[in-house]
Amino acid sequence: MPVPAAHVLVFSLLLFSIGMLGVLTRRNAIIILMSIELMMNAANVNFIAFSLQLNNLLGQVFAVFTIAVAAGEVAVGLGVVLALFRNRDTIYVDEVHIMKG
Amino acid sequence: MTPSAVIFYVLASVALSSAVMVIWSRNPVHSAIYLVLTFLSVAGVYVLLQAEFVAAVQVLVYAGGIMVLFLFVIMLVNLKDAIGARVRLHATVSGTIGLAVVALILFVYSRGRIVSQVAGASVLRQGGNMQSLGEALYSDYLLPFEVASVLLLVAMIGAIVLARQKS
Repeated sequence: MPVPAAHVLVFSLLLFSIGMLGVLTRRNAIIILMSIELMMNAANVNFIAFSLQLNNLLGQVFAVFTIAVAAGEVAVGLGVVLALFRNRDTIYVDEVHIMKG
Repeated sequence: MTPSAVIFYVLASVALSSAVMVIWSRNPVHSAIYLVLTFLSVAGVYVLLQAEFVAAVQVLVYAGGIMVLFLFVIMLVNLKDAIGARVRLHATVSGTIGLAVVALILFVYSRGRIVSQVAGASVLRQGGNMQSLGEALYSDYLLPFEVASVLLLVAMIGAIVLARQKS
């Protein structure tokens, strides 16, 4: 471990919270998807750090699966954004309230 | 401080500052470029944490594939006022919720205790990182691996169905 594990955890916590702030405050659906990717990266950093700390390969295996799931999620999410833009002419999430009660 | 520690802190600060720029910049294309910078720095962190294969996958899948997807959609959507996507009105509420979650995670961290590094021969490095990871993926974790490939196929079909022009 080049640095104490706590420092890596704080790094991933900061990355996660930046992504969460992006999801909570931005209106553009594409930026929201990017912020979700930031949060997934933060989770991956934790997996990799504990994989090294515990000398266990499972963390790296899980990170590979997370990347695969993230790729699929982005593909579907951007398809949804395209369909949204085609049907409603906007990708701002606060202008899409068709399901609002 | 060892050189690798210095490299870690530099990469971490680059990743964090470009992550801030991702959610800060008004132009989605700039956000995408900053996102690439974040992904590359995180890949560097993976290399420092002895996960070379995951770092390579990160560069190939994220900085290569996902980023091209993002840029294509930004190009296709081409909003007239893409610049100037403001922060929502209730930004204070969202910011408070975000800070509360961060405080919660920090509280859990401070209560917990990080297990000390397990001693012994490194499992991660047997025959190089790639060989050990490949053996694990194709023996112990073969079923999740196949399920992941089916998931990717389903995502591909779903994306095509969603984005297809209705004729």
